Amino acid sequence: MQIAALCKWVPNPQGVQEIGPDNFVVRSGVEGALDPGDEFGLEAALQIAEANGGEVTVVSMGPEDAVVAVQRGLAMGAAKGVLVTDDSLRGADVLVTAQVLAAALRRGSYDVVIGGVESTDGYTGTLPVTVAELLDLPSLTFAKKVEVSGTTARIDRQTESGYDVVESSLPAVITVTAGANEPRYPNLKGIMQAKQKPLERLTVADLGLGADDVESTQAVTSMRDAAAKAGGEIIEAGDDTAARIADLLAEAKVI
Amino acid sequence: MTKVWVYADVSPTGASPAALELLTKARTIGDEVAAVALGPGSTASAAGLGEYGAQTVYASDDAVFDEHPGQPAAHVLTGLVADHLPDLILFATSYDSRDVAGRLQAKLRSTLMSNATDVAGPDEASTEIQGGTKVVAVELGGFEPKLVLMRPKSVQAEPSGGTARVVVVEADVPDELKKVTRVERHEEESTGPKLEDAKVVLAGGRGLKEPSNFKLLDELAGAIGDAAVGASRAAVDAGWVPYSYQIGQTGKTVKPEVYIAVGISGAIQHAVGMKGSKRIVAINKDADAPIFQLADLGIVGDLFSIIPHLTEEIAKRRA
Repeated sequence: MQIAALCKWVPNPQGVQEIGPDNFVVRSGVEGALDPGDEFGLEAALQIAEANGGEVTVVSMGPEDAVVAVQRGLAMGAAKGVLVTDDSLRGADVLVTAQVLAAALRRGSYDVVIGGVESTDGYTGTLPVTVAELLDLPSLTFAKKVEVSGTTARIDRQTESGYDVVESSLPAVITVTAGANEPRYPNLKGIMQAKQKPLERLTVADLGLGADDVESTQAVTSMRDAAAKAGGEIIEAGDDTAARIADLLAEAKVI
Repeated sequence: MTKVWVYADVSPTGASPAALELLTKARTIGDEVAAVALGPGSTASAAGLGEYGAQTVYASDDAVFDEHPGQPAAHVLTGLVADHLPDLILFATSYDSRDVAGRLQAKLRSTLMSNATDVAGPDEASTEIQGGTKVVAVELGGFEPKLVLMRPKSVQAEPSGGTARVVVVEADVPDELKKVTRVERHEEESTGPKLEDAKVVLAGGRGLKEPSNFKLLDELAGAIGDAAVGASRAAVDAGWVPYSYQIGQTGKTVKPEVYIAVGISGAIQHAVGMKGSKRIVAINKDADAPIFQLADLGIVGDLFSIIPHLTEEIAKRRA
């Protein structure tokens, strides 16, 4: 079974992304890592490969530095990587990104394409289904549990009030929620082996895409500070702490 | 003539609250406002959608949309777009709507903006970044219709008192779009109000140290009554509570009367989902935690002592 795991390199995933003078997120010369949300997709992909036989390919689009994210996936256990890097993709919006990833996926023959639910920097939350539609594939989204056997996939899909069990034939696109599994931590052997694994680098031209395909349809026109909050009161906990909070709840008429 | 559509999530119990928020916004920007409702409960929801501003409701009660989520709705919606050429379609940030919007984008090659907090018109929407400290305006280019997913509770729903004309839509869905099937539904047992509706939200983070300590928040919620328990992304990523608890940039947006952040440092991702709360209380042992910058009342101290005392205090006042 061939499984592709969509992975994104994000700058400073635990902190604040810096915005440059051109209104794009600054992605060069900053520390970055594999998006923590994508680790859940990768872990699900590796588990499917282990249960069904087969291998995982990490597929990513990003700047040169994104190789770090692909290598992390390889160190976790993916067999090979594909990274699309091209100057024309700087500031790419979600449609451009989906078209690039779909084109990269068309070069392989995957039974399952897995991604996280949303990225930590852009958090659009729609990219994998757009990829699915471009590839004419069904999609199982917001999975908190994934089972793949033979020619079908079955997930527990998060809903507003619980979860649904949803099934699909393969090939299919699956998105995995944070907390759905426990992503493995790469060991030293994995990290060493990652450097020897095949990593294919592609450009927009390699994918057969033209300038029209990579033209973004969104642009930030202005940026301003949101209204600041007036300072509150910060106190050390003491004997009357519980009473203070209860008073506030009473003022708000909720108790 | 600006045509604005709302893709409305509906169920047999009616239209979702988010659909009414979107219609309230749509009225301010569209000369013509329509809603599209697909699945069981759609025609019955039309009156409610009309009351919030839909002049027309394109509706189908066909079970295909419920049994086979995603592709059938995107397919039928694409047909409606081709027939009626709206300028802008607003979607709620719900699980189902995100799937339909993402697929529609691929079919139409239109622009799609997520997490919008306001929409000025078909060509401009805005969103908040960096934990809601900055507002950016985004120009939406390319083909109509522009597609915008709005964050919940960005607009206060207000009725217009209108009535909608109902146009019944044929659910003509080819079999190859029925590969995904919903086979079971599970409602999670919840004794209290929903996170989005509760007057008080108690959110736990890494400071709770162990998943079992969420019971401290459950007990406090029980004492307050109209209270629900949520969590930071860190607590969800650690597997302590399900994704449905998550409040923040990725996750739910809440605006309760009182928000109590317990052992949450207040990473920028979290702030987006809760900073609109009327009153914010933060309890953290680290005086430098960023959450204190958002707090009306910040308590530097040990949550394991404060929370049980608070539960007791409220029970005493209630007695």
